[in-house]
Amino acid sequence: MDNYEHLLSVQNLHTAFTTDNGTVQAVNGVSFNLDKGKTLGIVGESGSGKSVTAYSVMQILSENGRITEGNVVFKGDNITKWSEKQMRSFRGKNCSIIFQDPMTSLNPVFTVGNQIMEGIRLHSTQYQSSPKERALEMLKLVGINEPEKRLKQYPYELSGGMRQRVMIAMALACEPDILIADEPTTALDVTIQAQILELMQDLQAHMGMAIIMVTHDLGVIAEMCDEIIVMYGGRICERGTADEIFYNPKHEYTKGLLRSIPSGANMKQRLIPISGTPINMLNMPKGCAFCPRCDSAMKICLEQIPDEISINENHKASCWVNIRDEQKKEKEAVTT
Amino acid sequence: MVNYDENGTPKKNKLSLQIDLSKFEPATEEEKKQQDVMSKSSTFFKDGMRKLRKNPLAMASMIVLVLIIVLIIVAPLVIPYGYSEILSVNGKRDKGAKNLAPFTYSKMEQKYIDEGNYRFPHVFGTDEQCRDYFVRVIYGTRVSLIVGFFASLIVLIIGMIYGSISGYLGGTVDLIMMRIVDIIYSLPDMLMVILLSVVFKEVLVFPDGSILAKLGTNMVSLFIVFGLLYWVGMARLIRGQILSIKENDYVLAARTVGAKAGRIIRSHILPNCLSVIIISTALQIPSAIFTESYLSFIGLGVQAPMPSLGSLANAARQGLQTYPYKLVFPALAICLIVLSLNLLGDGMRDAFDPKLRR
Amino acid sequence: MARYIIKRVILAVLTVFIISAITFFLMHAIPGGPFNKEKALSQATIDALNQRYNLDKPLVEQFFIYIRELLKGDFGVSLKNGREIGQIIGESFPISARLGFTAVAFALVLGTILGSLAALTRNKLPDRIIIFFSTLFTAVPSFVLATLLLLIFCIQLQWLPVWSTQTPNYVLPVIALAAYPMAYTTRLAKTSMLDALDQDYIRTARAKGVAHWKIIFKHALRNSLIPVITYAGPEIAYIITGSMVVETVFTIGGIGSQFVSAITNRDYTMIMATTIFLAALMVVANLICDLLYKAVDPRIKYD
Repeated sequence: MDNYEHLLSVQNLHTAFTTDNGTVQAVNGVSFNLDKGKTLGIVGESGSGKSVTAYSVMQILSENGRITEGNVVFKGDNITKWSEKQMRSFRGKNCSIIFQDPMTSLNPVFTVGNQIMEGIRLHSTQYQSSPKERALEMLKLVGINEPEKRLKQYPYELSGGMRQRVMIAMALACEPDILIADEPTTALDVTIQAQILELMQDLQAHMGMAIIMVTHDLGVIAEMCDEIIVMYGGRICERGTADEIFYNPKHEYTKGLLRSIPSGANMKQRLIPISGTPINMLNMPKGCAFCPRCDSAMKICLEQIPDEISINENHKASCWVNIRDEQKKEKEAVTT
Repeated sequence: MVNYDENGTPKKNKLSLQIDLSKFEPATEEEKKQQDVMSKSSTFFKDGMRKLRKNPLAMASMIVLVLIIVLIIVAPLVIPYGYSEILSVNGKRDKGAKNLAPFTYSKMEQKYIDEGNYRFPHVFGTDEQCRDYFVRVIYGTRVSLIVGFFASLIVLIIGMIYGSISGYLGGTVDLIMMRIVDIIYSLPDMLMVILLSVVFKEVLVFPDGSILAKLGTNMVSLFIVFGLLYWVGMARLIRGQILSIKENDYVLAARTVGAKAGRIIRSHILPNCLSVIIISTALQIPSAIFTESYLSFIGLGVQAPMPSLGSLANAARQGLQTYPYKLVFPALAICLIVLSLNLLGDGMRDAFDPKLRR
Repeated sequence: MARYIIKRVILAVLTVFIISAITFFLMHAIPGGPFNKEKALSQATIDALNQRYNLDKPLVEQFFIYIRELLKGDFGVSLKNGREIGQIIGESFPISARLGFTAVAFALVLGTILGSLAALTRNKLPDRIIIFFSTLFTAVPSFVLATLLLLIFCIQLQWLPVWSTQTPNYVLPVIALAAYPMAYTTRLAKTSMLDALDQDYIRTARAKGVAHWKIIFKHALRNSLIPVITYAGPEIAYIITGSMVVETVFTIGGIGSQFVSAITNRDYTMIMATTIFLAALMVVANLICDLLYKAVDPRIKYD
């Protein structure tokens, strides 16, 4: 229990949803590790399976979803095998999550205080006798002014930024080991976005939890993350440090993403969007998920899912183009 | 250990997992397209109809309704009795044909049959005024369906016009129009309906022989009342739809290209409201039938001798002990119609409501 | 908050006033006057009526006198039997109230419970049964159900006695009256519970580790009650109008059946007074529901 390699280890995760139109494989073999105090970023477009991955870790999928294959190992325990009762003590206590839209994620008919204290009363041994004090402490910690007054207010009375802070307070009240942030800044104004991100970094320094940041915003990712995973079609395309991903992208999808966003590098040039439409998860292609939209697509891309290869010690990618180039290099090395 | 062939390319070892190099040729556009299978696209209407067809209750209701409609058209042509016709045999009034049980004959009729003649059976028996009950129930059903349909139509038209104008013009016009709607909305509708019916009964006098006289003052007053009161719900609905659609970008786009207001309403806004309109109207019909039969039950419905399911049910209260069938048939008819319409309306809402997703 | 209540109350009073006006002027629009219709009334009666109702004064003045008298509790005199209408209402209303309250409570409480149950056992047997019966009963008008129940249980099976003041059995009338609102509330409660369960805040509660039952009873239920309470107003209106036929069918001497006989007998003074009374009742009920609704849902806009 105490001797584990990683805080969280996701191994070959597969998650599927049954719908009226068929089975959707939202997550198709995702593996990653998370260590204490580190920040992992999961990047991808809508429908890439990034949120579902996060929900799978906490097992808060909707009724028609389930983990079909793979393991989630937390501190050495395989929590995919846990009962609902065990999961309930995991959620909110060992691992918390904050969601994209704080307005709809907070219950409109209960006060802010009520909702924060609910979690404290459920999980915390330490603050069991004084949930209100802890709630106030948390509100102060997340930078909300007049915490006494706020405690008695309802969600609709707060601004968007404040609501998100409340969500964070609620999530961190019981000092979880992992905080999952699912698009935490997407619904907020740009100025508030920066504040919230800064807040999260401060809290991490203060409380030491690991963070999984799920987002489609590359800017947010670059700010905060030690390691980045790029997902498309339920699979990981590429993973690496921020520097590697941004300055040395290897997967065609990542390259396409970076070409399509404005940055210092392409200020005077036309942005090149990725052609085609996002993948239809009901009908996954046999090979690489990105193939239909890829400019460098090869015949093999249509037929086989590429293996993941190491670009260097901080960087891995799953792309046939990389594999081909590797083999070319190998061949050249041999013939010279 | 790697073996090389003539070109210097690593030879593919039979047992190796090395990939066939020819596969590294670029993929063509067609090959890519094959992979990119999008889900079948179809229009909103087709999608909705498909969902509706899968709903067994809605389909069954539709069949039942069609059967009922066919019945009420065909039956009066087949059955030789009129709805107000007091039964007579060989021209003589048949007093013994009072309150006959279903499929029985009166003494006079029996004699008539024994003489070798054919007498169409009284499927539902007869009522206390020696009239064939089946025909009366059929006509009662006709009245209910016609009233239900036309009342909903009135509600639809008035509501749509009022709501579209109010919604599209906005501003002070909208404000005033909606205030009026609020006032009408806050009136207790049934009480007002009853009141108006009572008054109209006395006030409306039609020249004999005109269509309106045939319908009866009560029927007309019913339509007037519906026209005065019940359109407000629809008006609010339409206005709400228009307000939300008005803000949409495609309307703005249409305006920038110079489309006129009327055209915008017709081509852009109304089609989007269509599903809401259809659903609302479909559910309005059973409600209208409810109201009509209620009024008939308390004596404010269509005028005798024209039967209404409500008035038939009311008349059946006399002699309920001895002739229970007189209640059962109109009661069943009402329930069947309203149930089918409700189920169909529900089915349509489930199928066509864009907000409903599974 | 107080401003909101006051505004609502004023609006309610205004509505009752408008309804009274409409009722009054409509009744007097009947040609030949409602007061000397078919009945060959003796001159003395006519004079008494004239005096009582100030029929010689201009119409508008008559109206205000009428309102004034109403507020004093004088509802006028029944054309049919000359009795004080106020007294008639006083006698018959308590009976109707008993019937009505029971029906409303039944419909709301049972409807919410059944609807929530259906939502929680979605697509399983309890859900299917509940939905089956509630769909069925939304198609049966109260007067049809009342007559059928009377037929089956009072007459054919003789399980329950016919209502009289000596044997005031409310079981069947309440069922007949409450069936439709209960069925409607059930479906409404189911939909709103399903809606609530679909919301993001439920996911948040789950993510916090809140137990399943607590999520339903604490987080979802309160939100799902909001549409149900909103419907309570129209429901009460339905029950008031429904009571007219139910009382008539079961021969219960409540205010509803009095109203129906007034209509049949063209007892215009009675019709007028009863309409205003019932309308006032509905408006008050709506007002209470309005205030109650705002108490449950804190997202109030105190406009």
